[in-house]
Amino acid sequence: MTAQQDVQRPAFPFHGNVRPIINEVLHAVDRLLETDEATTIDLAGLPFGPGELEYLEAALGTGELSAKLDALGTSRIRETAFPGVWWLEHRNAHDEVVGRYLEITRTPEILSSQDVDIIAGRARLEDQFA
Amino acid sequence: MKKRPTVGEILQAKGVSRRGFLKYCATTASILALPPSMIPRIAEAIENTRRPSVIWLSFQECTGCTESLTRSASPTVEGLIFDAISLDYHHTLQAAAGDQAEAARHAAMEENEGGYLVLVDGSIPLGNPGFSTIAGMSNVEMLKETVAGAAAVVAIGSCAAFGGIPGADPNPTGAVSVMDLVTDKPVINVPGCPPIPMVMTAVLTHFLTFGTIPDLDKHGRPMTFFGTTIHDRCYRRPFYEQGKFAETFDDEGAKAGWCLYKLGCKGPTTYNACATTKWNSGTSFPIEAGHPCLGCSEPNFWDGGGFYEPLSTGRFDSGTKLAGAAAAGVALGVAAAAAGRSKQAKFTKEG
Ligand code: SF4
Ligand code: SF4
Repeated sequence: MTAQQDVQRPAFPFHGNVRPIINEVLHAVDRLLETDEATTIDLAGLPFGPGELEYLEAALGTGELSAKLDALGTSRIRETAFPGVWWLEHRNAHDEVVGRYLEITRTPEILSSQDVDIIAGRARLEDQFA
Repeated sequence: MKKRPTVGEILQAKGVSRRGFLKYCATTASILALPPSMIPRIAEAIENTRRPSVIWLSFQECTGCTESLTRSASPTVEGLIFDAISLDYHHTLQAAAGDQAEAARHAAMEENEGGYLVLVDGSIPLGNPGFSTIAGMSNVEMLKETVAGAAAVVAIGSCAAFGGIPGADPNPTGAVSVMDLVTDKPVINVPGCPPIPMVMTAVLTHFLTFGTIPDLDKHGRPMTFFGTTIHDRCYRRPFYEQGKFAETFDDEGAKAGWCLYKLGCKGPTTYNACATTKWNSGTSFPIEAGHPCLGCSEPNFWDGGGFYEPLSTGRFDSGTKLAGAAAAGVALGVAAAAAGRSKQAKFTKEG
């Protein structure tokens, strides 16, 4: 686990747009613990000044688990240093970021194998050893 | 109407996994500014929607809107053109020319009667039809002929939506907007000079996903992108609330990133998505680069007064009174900020 305490506030003017998101995360974590409800925060809809998004990402840090998904471009799915708080970044085939989310959940849905793929995979496996 | 493949079928044929499809749906929700809880509905809609035919007409315009669209990152315009829509006519992007191009337009209209989308950039001159013609046809004739069998019309850019530069005083060509001429079909206005690429593709994606037009405001603009002002979501807003304003472009306030209200920022009266969607693949937006918002997505912004005059100069004639106006704005701003923040709540529970 990285020491997220070491992350410095940026040297440039800091606009105060990160703190409200941390509050939303805290509420979402409470909801996860109390009612088992997952929350997704779409970071594309929130205002960030220069460097604030990078600051948020660095401050949340990296936890024990991270995964890379190769489907219609690369996606990174990473548990932050705070268990249950996941950072998801989707890129398209041109490696441009097309979505950034915070998911407050036990396991992000996109990590689970999907029935359609499992069925297709089973058929392929059988064929391969026929 | 010719049976076109659904987007689900196209993705399946390309060997995209269900996981990949879910990712596509999640980013589509993000592009449409819909809450993530809508992803299952989007998935269902995308799987079953056939790709629509699109005819793009360019009238009195500078091609800036097409330039902007072709720089759209998500989804890429190539992706949209080849996977999601069938762009059957566009002067700048199509390979066909002359009679062949016009034949393609007529064929798309006949094959997709009642179901195709017409996109228009540029205003239409009524003063003398000869001011702007294509294949010997005046713009107004071509517009009327093409929209007759359309499902909806999308006016791309401030010129098509509101008349734009050609329509600015003294309007030498008698330029009018699309909605001035098309009154019997839904018209979606996507203004901006140019519009944000992602907003243009999102409108197409919405139609493609749900087969309907999005909710519109009183100027015919999609609420998802034009429902809040630049000011509502501006990252410099905390400085506005504190009354910290840059007075010139190179003073200490400007260097510290303070609010640009006194330098003429039209953010408080401009409805657009620049502050969060941003430009150049999400890199930044004009205010982040240190320049006030010009208000380019509002009707008649070219005739709306000086770009560098504070909004309050319309009501107060002396610079000294400006401070008072800005202070009053601070008090109002607090309530507006709370409203803006709740409106922007793309923070949704997932079932
Ligand atoms: S006046 Fe302009 S710079 Fe200041 S907070 Fe509003 S939108 Fe941002
Ligand atoms: S910041 Fe204002 S002037 Fe600039 S592109 Fe956005 S709406 Fe138009």
